Amino acid sequence: MSLTLTAMSNSAGTGGQQEWSGPGQTPGPSRGPYISVITNRTTNLLIRGAMLFSVGVFLSLVLNLLQVQRNVTLFPPDVISSIFSSAWWVPPCCGTASAGIGLLYPFIDRRLGEPHKFKREWSSVMRCVAVFVGINHASAKVDFANNVQLSLTLAALSIGLWWTFDRSRSGFGLGVSIALLATLATQVLVYNGVFQYTSPDFLYIRSWLPCIFFAGVITMGNIGRQLALYEYKFIQEKTHQD
Amino acid sequence: MTLRERLREKISAAFYRHGLLCASYPVPIILFTSASILTCCYPLLRLPLPGTGPVEFTTGGRDYSVPSHEPQGDLGERPDWQVLVKAAVSPWDSSLVPVDVFRSPLSRAFSLLEEIRNHVHSDGSGVRSLESLCLQVTDLFPGLRRMQSVLPEHGCLLVSPGNYWQNQQELFDSDPDLLKTIQKHEPKGLSTSATLRDLLFGVPGKYTGVSHYNRKRVVTYTITIVLSTYDASLRSRLKQLHPSANCSLRDDHMVHVHFKEEIGIAELIPLVTTYIILFAYIYFSTRKIDMVKSKWGLALAAVVTVLSSLLMSVGLCTLFGLTPTLNGGEIFPYLVVVIGLENVLVLTKSVVSTPVDLEVKLRIAQGLSNESWSIMKNMATELCIILIGYFTLVPAIQEFCLFAVVGLVSDFFLQMFFFTTVLSIDIRRMELADLNRRLPAEAGLPPPKPGPLRPREAPPPPRPSPHTITLQTPAFRNLRLPKRLRVVYFLARTRLAQRIIMVGTVIWIGILVYTDPAGIRTYLAAQVSEQSPLGDPGGGALPPHLGGAPVFRGVDPTSTLSIHPAPDPTPLPDNHSQGHHDGAGRAGPLPQPPPPAVPQITWGPEDQEGWRRLSFRHWPSLFSYYNITLAKRYISILPVIPVTVSADLQTDLTLYKVAALGLAAGVLLVLLLFCLYRVLCPRNYGQNGVSHGRRRRGELPCDDYGYSPPVSEISPLLLRGHSMDIECLASDGMLLASCCLAGQIRVWDAQTGDCLTVIPRQGDGLSEEDGFPLRRRSAPSRPTLFTDQPDLTPLIDTNFASQPPSHLCTPPPSHLCTPPRDGFDFGGLRRPSGGDASASLTPERGSAAGTQATADWESSVWALELRGNLIAAGRSSGKLELWDAVEGSLRCVNEDGGSGITALAFLNNRIVAARLNGSLDFFTVEINKPLGLLQYRGAPGRGTMPPSPCYSSEDVISCQLTRSVQCAHQKPITVLRAAAGRVVTGSQDHTVRIYRLEDSVVHPKKTMVLASGGQDGAICLWDVLTGSRVSHVYGHRGDVTSLVCTTSCVISSGLDDLICIWDRSTGIKLYSIQQEAGCGASLGVISESLLVTGGQGCVSFWDLNFGDLLQTVYLGQSSDGQGVRQLLVLDNAAIICDFGSELSLVYVPSVLEKLD
Repeated sequence: MSLTLTAMSNSAGTGGQQEWSGPGQTPGPSRGPYISVITNRTTNLLIRGAMLFSVGVFLSLVLNLLQVQRNVTLFPPDVISSIFSSAWWVPPCCGTASAGIGLLYPFIDRRLGEPHKFKREWSSVMRCVAVFVGINHASAKVDFANNVQLSLTLAALSIGLWWTFDRSRSGFGLGVSIALLATLATQVLVYNGVFQYTSPDFLYIRSWLPCIFFAGVITMGNIGRQLALYEYKFIQEKTHQD
Repeated sequence: MTLRERLREKISAAFYRHGLLCASYPVPIILFTSASILTCCYPLLRLPLPGTGPVEFTTGGRDYSVPSHEPQGDLGERPDWQVLVKAAVSPWDSSLVPVDVFRSPLSRAFSLLEEIRNHVHSDGSGVRSLESLCLQVTDLFPGLRRMQSVLPEHGCLLVSPGNYWQNQQELFDSDPDLLKTIQKHEPKGLSTSATLRDLLFGVPGKYTGVSHYNRKRVVTYTITIVLSTYDASLRSRLKQLHPSANCSLRDDHMVHVHFKEEIGIAELIPLVTTYIILFAYIYFSTRKIDMVKSKWGLALAAVVTVLSSLLMSVGLCTLFGLTPTLNGGEIFPYLVVVIGLENVLVLTKSVVSTPVDLEVKLRIAQGLSNESWSIMKNMATELCIILIGYFTLVPAIQEFCLFAVVGLVSDFFLQMFFFTTVLSIDIRRMELADLNRRLPAEAGLPPPKPGPLRPREAPPPPRPSPHTITLQTPAFRNLRLPKRLRVVYFLARTRLAQRIIMVGTVIWIGILVYTDPAGIRTYLAAQVSEQSPLGDPGGGALPPHLGGAPVFRGVDPTSTLSIHPAPDPTPLPDNHSQGHHDGAGRAGPLPQPPPPAVPQITWGPEDQEGWRRLSFRHWPSLFSYYNITLAKRYISILPVIPVTVSADLQTDLTLYKVAALGLAAGVLLVLLLFCLYRVLCPRNYGQNGVSHGRRRRGELPCDDYGYSPPVSEISPLLLRGHSMDIECLASDGMLLASCCLAGQIRVWDAQTGDCLTVIPRQGDGLSEEDGFPLRRRSAPSRPTLFTDQPDLTPLIDTNFASQPPSHLCTPPPSHLCTPPRDGFDFGGLRRPSGGDASASLTPERGSAAGTQATADWESSVWALELRGNLIAAGRSSGKLELWDAVEGSLRCVNEDGGSGITALAFLNNRIVAARLNGSLDFFTVEINKPLGLLQYRGAPGRGTMPPSPCYSSEDVISCQLTRSVQCAHQKPITVLRAAAGRVVTGSQDHTVRIYRLEDSVVHPKKTMVLASGGQDGAICLWDVLTGSRVSHVYGHRGDVTSLVCTTSCVISSGLDDLICIWDRSTGIKLYSIQQEAGCGASLGVISESLLVTGGQGCVSFWDLNFGDLLQTVYLGQSSDGQGVRQLLVLDNAAIICDFGSELSLVYVPSVLEKLD
């Protein structure tokens, strides 16, 4: 497990570099080894998967920190341990899930025809990620009167996220279904006693969970689509040149 | 739908008018906007600074009560700490041993401790011991084992200096050196938070008086007991036991300190993440700004727009009575993201995409009105979303939404007024940069093919060389400064040393202030509190501060007002001495003299507030040792119970010492760094640079920087010999040929500057018809050689221009990716394939020329070219002469053309001559080796042929006109350049023509770029292979007089004395250098980053990367008026320039070093 993980993070690092150098090289007529790597279907898929995986792991760690109820000591005993305060399997799960979602979205887009065109730029993606973190932040820190209010607010925020950054029916459907599936999975996990919530309010889980899942799916899909855009661009260019 | 259309039209029209307004009055609008921003931000001044400092409340009180007005009243838990501050004060004789001085006051602590421990609290419910009242602590925090012996465990939290000796009198008595024991527990190095000594003594270390040099004769320490419930009986008992004289303490109020939540690192991580995402968002957004004059400026303006709109929103909300309760740092990124930079970017894009030739006003207006609908729509949508959020009725979200709404509106306002105006200014700057775009619009588009001439409105007078066409600079070698020098220059350029000194000083001052030996901070805090309404010095009972203003440690309103006379940075140790102030008279700084005999011990208000001088982490760190957090809790500090003890003490010099040492160290540091800086940075700024720079000459302040490298590096070598001004100059790296107006040709060694040959020789008069022994000597051999050669001229294919492509020989693949220079060489290699046979031939004309090789001394030399050791001279009479450079003998003459030769170019074995009548002649130089040598030449084949053939004196050289293009141009050809098998001619008939001489194969991927400059100030970049114009830019107000290319940029100079540096691939002007009149007519590139320009009597070296003037070299002392008209860069990084009748050879030694 650790072996594959390090390999993945390595490839993620190099993949990041290539992605950065990618747009710079687009106008050039010469095709270096980087371009061929990017245009290669499987390599590209691997790179994207690795990047999405790392993003997912990172986000899960950070958001988990947000969710951890604070017992603040003046000298935090161990920063590292508080980062990894959740169980070890949570970040890999999140990473895998986000990789899957991020690859699934462009795949479905391609199946349905045209790739997603709405607001396809990195600044928009960053905005989306920021809003997603904000939603998590709100769910963790803002004191709501009751759980229904919290859930409704989060739902509205998630839908707003979708409307602002996605606006595709396929994205919405996928988001809802994956969110429901994920909630179901958590439910099963909780039933089996793998973990528990501090204050469950809806059948042993938190009722806002689907909303967070939905927002996460939309965000990861957004990132995945943006990453897939490079491959698409290159393929298009190739056809132009041919 | 119609309503919508109408609305849309209205909005568009409004935006249009608004854009016109903004672009018309940029300055007033920016002023107005800044004023409104400042106005809206003004209420922010009233807000408390954000932070997690403890909040103080003061309750009056005999009775203990918890402040009830605290908003987040989380004080259900226990901790109310009572702190008993006791001061043992002892005046003493100076005869006592200093160490023993502390013994008696400190030993009193044990008895006091005993009293406290044995205190029994009795009230109505019964009798309780202290154990039940005080805060029971358990283990120390793991990891603090070294404090285990000192801090109490498993019992009351009772802290006193006695803890050093485990609260046992016997240990204390048997301790030989008390100070050593105390020092033992001090942490090494710079301590930032509360030290153990502070904890135990309860007063800051320097106020305790427990040190070797105690000038104050006062020892102060406290015994701190932490109680969990308030108890008045202990206090009364202690007061009764120790009635203190001179006590002016008010004991009627206690201070409650509320500690906010501390931010741990773990909590900072999400915050940092959001900020990183925010910066990524800003980065990706501003990266999209394009096609403007200053990208960074606009990006900055966009960010400023968003930030100040946020500030405005907070300010406005405060103005209307809404105090922000949210953590600003946390919601800030989200606010930025919600407000977004999108509108700004959309605006920019829209404005930029409007037609360029419109007026700026109209462009702004059009761009605004184009995007008006979408901007309004987006804004309405966002407002709706936020309004929905407002109705969630969650207070935090409501507040967020309120801020966001106000922020959005103010952002819109700023976009419309601030950003639009900035954009208009930027666009106008861009227009100014290419001001004459519209002026020569039609003249700037000459067809690349020779077509019908466009009539010019005002034909400019013909100049000697108005157009210059450059292919590539002859030498592209890695000529750079040595690394050592570059490092030094880098240091000097970035002023690194200065900055390091500055930063070092700042850090040092910061450390000084932080460690605070003089109590500056306390003083400042006192000043602040004096001005602020918080500091209410006289009042008996301070009213509780409702605002919850954070009061940091050291804010000591009552004690320090009258005591600090001056904000003197040097330490004034008396300022804080406790307990022996005789009154206001003692307030001044006291130097060395011994204090008055027995100081009276008084208890002033400053003692009462003594705990304030402790670090603000004092209490948190004390409790953190027991793993107790103070976050969201109170500690209440009860009034001090003063206890006075009399004994003896001595004086203290530590503070002075520390201060003096610190000052000395600082001065030393600065001096050291300054010395280092002088050593490391040889560049002289300011006056020194002027002394040998161009400014010294007074009239020529060419350098903006006032410095230049040491003058010893570059010194010109003057080559004297010509009697008149030098007309032509040619060099091939080894030799240098020059021709003056008198027609004298001199050949110089380019390395040493020796004059090798003079043509005609000095002894021969110019008018002497047959006075050339050289000619005579060489003449007899020729006819015998030439006469019986068969005429094989038709075998030589001279039709270069019309070679069919199938004739091309396919080169080996290794040559495919070579730069154009290699293509040039390849042509040289290939030549013998057609010419092997002809090597032994002698064309008939050659023989004819050889027999009558007579120099023409009447006509002047107009063009000169040097290759190998052969000088080609084109004369005004149309003669082409070939001279042997070393021997000075005339090798052959060709008189085919009648019109004067204006330009010459060598291309392998061919000479291209451009004539005044616009025709272009191609000559072939044939070298006839003697027969013995011929064998060698034929056999080895192509590969060994050197690119620039060298001719020995035995060779018979003939020059034959192989092809003449009669009507190449309709006007005189002014410029002729040859490279890569091509000849480029530029003429006054507005055309540039390219002739292909040889079939050099250029890789299809490779581009050959040709740069040309015209009299209209335009510079064109052409693709030589296709003839298409790559870019077309205007950079000069007058003619372009000179052009050079490097691999990355094109450098042009014009009659307007401007040197422009253009990016070669994009055609964007990188920067331009304005010289004063008369400078910069000639240009040369030594290496990729070193540019040479000729000026009035000097040459200047420029750094191409930065546009810095590196050095100006003066060619002579006397003749300032003479400008450098021609400038040649030799292969060995030397520069040849003409200077009146002299030639100047300038070496750039640092470049040479690198070469070796």
